[in-house]
Amino acid sequence: VTGIDGGSAAGALPPGRLSAGRIDPPSARLAAAPPDNGSPAIPAQLQPDDTASPSEPISVTTGPASGVTGPPKVVARNRLTWRDKLIRDRSLLLMTLPAIVLTAVFAYGPMFGSVMAFQDYSIWSGFWHSPISSPAGFGNFQRLFHDPIFWHAFSNTLVISAVQLILYFPVPIALALLLNSVLSSKVRSTVQAIVYLPHFFSWVLVITIFQQMLGGAGVLNTYLRQHHLGTWDVMTSPALFKYLVTAQAVWKEAGWGIIVFLAALAAIDQTLYEAAAADGAGRWRRLWHITLPGMRGVIVLMLVLRLGNALTVGFEQMLIQRVAVGRDASEVLDTFSYYYGVVNNNLSYGAAAGLFKGVMSLILILAANKLAHMFGEDGLYRK
Amino acid sequence: MIETTLTPRAAARAERRAQQRRPAWEEKPTALGQLSKGTVLTVVLLAVLVPVYSIVLTSLSNQESVNIAGGMVLVPHGVTLNAYREILGNQLVVHSLIVSLLIAIVGTIISMVVTVLCAYGLSRARSFGHRTILLGLVATMFFSGGIVPSFLVVSGLGGYGSYWSLILPSAVSVFNILVLRAFFAGTAQELVEAARIDGAGDWRTLWSVVMPTSRAVLAVITLFYAVGYWNTFFNALLYLPDNGKWPLQLVLYTYTYRGNNLPGSGTTGIGSYVGHQAVAPLSLQMAVVTLTLVPILVVYPFVQRHFTKGVLVGAIKG
Repeated sequence: VTGIDGGSAAGALPPGRLSAGRIDPPSARLAAAPPDNGSPAIPAQLQPDDTASPSEPISVTTGPASGVTGPPKVVARNRLTWRDKLIRDRSLLLMTLPAIVLTAVFAYGPMFGSVMAFQDYSIWSGFWHSPISSPAGFGNFQRLFHDPIFWHAFSNTLVISAVQLILYFPVPIALALLLNSVLSSKVRSTVQAIVYLPHFFSWVLVITIFQQMLGGAGVLNTYLRQHHLGTWDVMTSPALFKYLVTAQAVWKEAGWGIIVFLAALAAIDQTLYEAAAADGAGRWRRLWHITLPGMRGVIVLMLVLRLGNALTVGFEQMLIQRVAVGRDASEVLDTFSYYYGVVNNNLSYGAAAGLFKGVMSLILILAANKLAHMFGEDGLYRK
Repeated sequence: MIETTLTPRAAARAERRAQQRRPAWEEKPTALGQLSKGTVLTVVLLAVLVPVYSIVLTSLSNQESVNIAGGMVLVPHGVTLNAYREILGNQLVVHSLIVSLLIAIVGTIISMVVTVLCAYGLSRARSFGHRTILLGLVATMFFSGGIVPSFLVVSGLGGYGSYWSLILPSAVSVFNILVLRAFFAGTAQELVEAARIDGAGDWRTLWSVVMPTSRAVLAVITLFYAVGYWNTFFNALLYLPDNGKWPLQLVLYTYTYRGNNLPGSGTTGIGSYVGHQAVAPLSLQMAVVTLTLVPILVVYPFVQRHFTKGVLVGAIKG
């Protein structure tokens, strides 16, 4: 039943999870228990030689003092001051610098720039000198929460998200189960190669493809017209829009989505099936009692991710199809923030909507993870 | 993936052959079950392949084929390259193609350098500050400043109207760093130790030990970045107001999806003549679609075989 975690660790790829508390997987921690300048496989007498530069004092303190086992070395390692470690790891730190700089400017910059949601931002005064919006900095939020268009965007987001949860989420699981039951590996890998492909198409491309297939002049409606069956207006119907974006998401991403589930299936201990069959369990009982419990961890994880991203629903899809289906059907929180903030040049107002979405998303992902813990699963990170 | 790189090929092949046979304890498949499985798989495959086939075929079709079909072509009645002659003579399209290619190439190089260095820099357990840095990177996956402040930061640095605004803000993918870091930390440790004993510094170890053993995962991540840049749409819409600077995706959006007339040829509305042959406007539009497809279709088969479980799963899990 717990075959998933064991399986992926055995696959020599420790699942580094997304949290500070548990960034290093247990296997990596075990390997790291002796200091990293001497792994258990290396004889102790070799250790003084393995430092990169002779000026480092580490080998002198750690090498001779320790046996082959881990714990004493860890104690020795702790004697290093942070300055020693800094000097020892300077090239590693230098390597992370470009990523740190880019992240600081383009991720943390906007994050701190979010203070503009509490200001009456003007481009001339910038983040530092724009006046605080009254009352008490919450003027934009006050207006936002009295804006029916904002609440419309909010409910639209939730509705589309819910439709996707119900109609999209099970598709990759079902496809993975189906594919896993195909015995011929040639068929399997061919199908995989083909269904992964749309993941690499841009949204413009996917929507153009949908238009050429299902649009007014597309294959479907041309056929219907030639046979005098009327037309079916899918691409421009506001009422069908939530199903249309879901269908597009399924077409583009469902195939790619099976990768994780296939891996979970591969990690299930095959002898369980044999034992169950010997005990008289049929095909469906094996699916229910072995396969699904084996996939449970991954399903819960994907569910947590899905719920955490509930407020992010295909921004580019909405943007591209806004003209076709109208603002009412396609307005979601992201497009609201973009159109009110950037296009209508109401910057602080748009930023307030964006900040609201960011904070709500953070709460959602923490809550979804909490829920996973309550069901006894790891979710995104451990307790 | 991992298994195939770690075990000899022959063993993997034998294992695969063993897996292909139905185990003795399993029931014989029912005819109905086999039939429905086959049907579902066929429908799924056709749903992906037919649209792609029809688009490529329409772009290659002459006016007559398009007329007979009444639109998108499924059965060819005559094949011609005229649509491509026309499209590749159009300055706007050609320029956008070059822009897209350059952004994909330059962006991918920058991203790979930054990602590989950072992933290796964070891959050694107990190195100074790696937890703090990792936490700082991962935090950006959970909370972002939103569209408006990002726009202001990039514009404030002079990104409005210049190409770097399509590259630098999206140059770092924390997800890709995590994938690569897990791989570096997991598989190459013994080799890394050996290299360090032999006196190799960190740069040397990364270049001649770690990277050569991680070719598969590097190929996959290169593809991710390249496709991401090739598909850039919103950033181009946001930062490049001048259609003379547009990448291909914006041209596709404006002149095919929205159906605006393509400047420079005035053709998309009414069709045009190349020599004495008419080119259907639909063929021109589909030729643009095909142009955005081709690089992906060309690169994909080489990288696709690496998408097996190991490379990605450790990362998708976290």
